[in-house]
Amino acid sequence: MSDTSFDYYAHRKHDHGHGRGHGDHAPVAVADAGPPSEYEIMSRAMQELLEARGVVTAEEIRRRMEIFEEEFPYRGSRVIARAWADPAFKQRLLQDGKAACAEMGVELEATRLIAVENTPDVHNVIVCTLCSCYPRELLGMPPTWYKSDNYRSRVVFEPRSVLKEFGTVLPDHVTLRVHDSNADMRYVVVPMRPDGTQGWSEDKLAQILTRDTLVGVTVPRVPEKG
Amino acid sequence: MTPGKRTQPRTKLPSTYNPASGHRFNVGDRVVIKHAFPPGHRRTPYYIRGKEGVIERICGAFPNPEELAYGFDGEPAKMLYRVRFEQKHVWPGYQGPARDIIEMEIFEHWLAPASGRAKPASPTQNG
Repeated sequence: MSDTSFDYYAHRKHDHGHGRGHGDHAPVAVADAGPPSEYEIMSRAMQELLEARGVVTAEEIRRRMEIFEEEFPYRGSRVIARAWADPAFKQRLLQDGKAACAEMGVELEATRLIAVENTPDVHNVIVCTLCSCYPRELLGMPPTWYKSDNYRSRVVFEPRSVLKEFGTVLPDHVTLRVHDSNADMRYVVVPMRPDGTQGWSEDKLAQILTRDTLVGVTVPRVPEKG
Repeated sequence: MTPGKRTQPRTKLPSTYNPASGHRFNVGDRVVIKHAFPPGHRRTPYYIRGKEGVIERICGAFPNPEELAYGFDGEPAKMLYRVRFEQKHVWPGYQGPARDIIEMEIFEHWLAPASGRAKPASPTQNG
């Protein structure tokens, strides 16, 4: 992979650069050091127009961004942990993902959610070859690698090689089922629950249901004791 | 900031497409993806055009993305299916086991009934 930004926890790092001088914060990032790009200007202009016409408020946009970063990335783990703990819920999730999520108070705006289940015979992996369609309301913003040309182009025609690069080696007797999320559906993988998790609470189960396991590039593992 | 009165977005122009009535294909039907390259915004990946697959599920009717992309209202909605393909058919050089599959969503107007057995993969370059 040319793109090695495996930044699952990146959004939790708070590099405030506490600092020096007059007690103000040093810049968190230098992304805005240069002149704004054409798209930034367009986006800003659009927001100002929408605010001026009373369509949205700046507070609504800020709140939306906050939810994206603080809440969405953890919803998928909670939903799948429930599916592991409650077989009837899992069946409902596989039948109608959006309705099952709503049961838990996880309201998806996405038109439809299709949950695909890993079994001893089938492994699922998700991609969007056309852009970067992703279950954002369950997993937050897609990681950089998910949006890379490398992943998007290769995981459809040499998926086993790509999975191997993620440390996931599938035996030949397992059917690899690739889902190109190319239109209106969104997908989430229901991984197999590993041995050694009997009696775990849903919160504890959720901790091993990392983002990458729900996209299908890896599988959940029980941390080694020690 | 007060939420204020929200103005309605301007009404979008109606589509020029014909309405989709019901669904033409059923789960298990063999279909071929049209091997066509019209300009415009299409959600049918190049690599799957001309390939044969089987309807995996019927997703329902969705606003037509080929119209939405240009500011039309996407109406009438078009029937969307999930279609399953054998990897060895899609990619003649596929290295994995023959049992591997790939699935994606295809709108009905990109589908035609497959005639008889699956044909060998088209030699057309994909993408």
